[in-house]
Amino acid sequence: MNRSESFRSFRMATWLGWQIEANWTDPFLFAVYIIIKPLASVAILVVMYSIITKGNYASPVFPYIYLGNAFYIYVAFVMTGISWAVIEDREHYRTLKYMYVAPLNMPFYLLGRGVSRFLVASVAVLITLLVGKFFLHLPLDLAGVDWGLFLVSLFLGVTMLAMLGLILAGLTLLIVNHHFAIGDAVAGALYLFSGAIFPLEVLPAWLRPVGFAMPITYWLELMRRSLIGNVAEAFPTLASFSNGQLLGILFGLTVLFAITSIFTFRWCDHLARERGLIDWVTNY
Amino acid sequence: MKTNDSLALSTSEKVTGWRLFLKTIGARAYPRVVGMQREISWLFFDVFLPMLAVSAYVFVYRAIGAPEEYVGFVIVGGAMTAFWLNILWSMSSQLYWEKETGNLGLYIMAPNSLMAILLGMAIGGLVATALRAVAIIVLGSLLFQVQYSVTSFTQLLAVFFLAMTALYGMGMMSASFFLLLSREAWHIANLAQEPVYLVSGFYFPIKSFNFWIAASASLIPLTLGLDAMRQLVFPSGAALGFLNVTIEIAILIVLCVVFLAGAKFLLDYMERLAIREGRITESRR
Repeated sequence: MNRSESFRSFRMATWLGWQIEANWTDPFLFAVYIIIKPLASVAILVVMYSIITKGNYASPVFPYIYLGNAFYIYVAFVMTGISWAVIEDREHYRTLKYMYVAPLNMPFYLLGRGVSRFLVASVAVLITLLVGKFFLHLPLDLAGVDWGLFLVSLFLGVTMLAMLGLILAGLTLLIVNHHFAIGDAVAGALYLFSGAIFPLEVLPAWLRPVGFAMPITYWLELMRRSLIGNVAEAFPTLASFSNGQLLGILFGLTVLFAITSIFTFRWCDHLARERGLIDWVTNY
Repeated sequence: MKTNDSLALSTSEKVTGWRLFLKTIGARAYPRVVGMQREISWLFFDVFLPMLAVSAYVFVYRAIGAPEEYVGFVIVGGAMTAFWLNILWSMSSQLYWEKETGNLGLYIMAPNSLMAILLGMAIGGLVATALRAVAIIVLGSLLFQVQYSVTSFTQLLAVFFLAMTALYGMGMMSASFFLLLSREAWHIANLAQEPVYLVSGFYFPIKSFNFWIAASASLIPLTLGLDAMRQLVFPSGAALGFLNVTIEIAILIVLCVVFLAGAKFLLDYMERLAIREGRITESRR
């Protein structure tokens, strides 16, 4: 692997991704755009919760739901964003074939495109957390945060999401009619099965193993524990696991997905070239 | 060849006025109704994706110990998201897509009315989306064992058709704004999803909001449509309703008139403006 080419591909894709994300409007409207959407999404859950519990924000269920939903923003942005880069370049800008003939490392290029989505998602997550802290009594005490666990978990989680995104990007190279649905379907399924907004015990017993097989379940648990440890540990789902065990599982799954993503992307990329799909424009 | 050309010309000469208007509606509705059913896997994803969100919200309600009727509220709301997504992506932003693919110029050049084209899109989209919404309701009701108790089928049908007429009228009106947009169209449509789910009470009764917030949200026809439908199909719906169903029907009638008339006026105005500013064929990806 040519390191300078990989780094250049990553760096330039990061810059390009940011331009695509941000330069369609003025900074003010862009700021409104990245704030309103996630806030509206979390507000739906807050209203649902407050109707039923009569505004009992002190219950541990509330921070469980709120933090799970807040950090799930990364899933939608990073994982889906990387696969969307294929659709944008192939179908919308019609530049994917030029990327392929340029001296680029495609996986690094796609991962770079995910960085801008990560930055946008980080702003959205931060705003969501601040709103929770200052307006909804989210028991978030900066002095009590386990920053080491938080940073390591965040790094591992985002890496894992990027790897999942690369797998989806590879599959998207091969898919024509349903490319819009792939990322949304996976993100939707993960939202449902990973216990993002409700403890896994609420799922029917036969569906729970699906949740336990998903790395996002462990990642979200680690994020909750690092921010509000005592509250997060109140839920029985992963109570028998220590932080170290959860980190170990997340690390193992991240490595597994990283290896899988490399082979999957190579295989899909090879098939896409062989079948002439790189410049396939469907106009759907 | 000459014979065919002259035949085509003589046929097109005969189709004018209302006949052309109606034929245009039919022609534009056809790909929406037939084309969308041909790709069965699209039908699957159109039902499957909202079902995921619906299931997640149902489990949230169960996690916080909500009464079972809220499960039904979520399912009906989830089914209605199909219509809102259809409005955003296949009505409002449709003229933007047409601009991107180069069809918009052809629409303007052709001797038919843009209003008829949009009406065709609306009718076709409504029929195709209704199939998906019914599938979501049936599937959701079976999965989560929701019980319905319809108090008046007449009112229910009236509410549904009035809400849809007003909603698609609103979609046609917003399509005229999108006629002027370029790259930002996609982002604006994207931005209008979750906030509308929130203010229109897709997953909870709109009565939970302050009166004035609920009243403002009622400008979106799905707000009152959903509220009235929930009142009519769930035993406890009336207790959680925002306004009396009869009043909501009356407001929906007003919204139908306002949005359809507004669509006609704005479409004419925006079409002229877009032509004058040369935006019909611009493509800023």
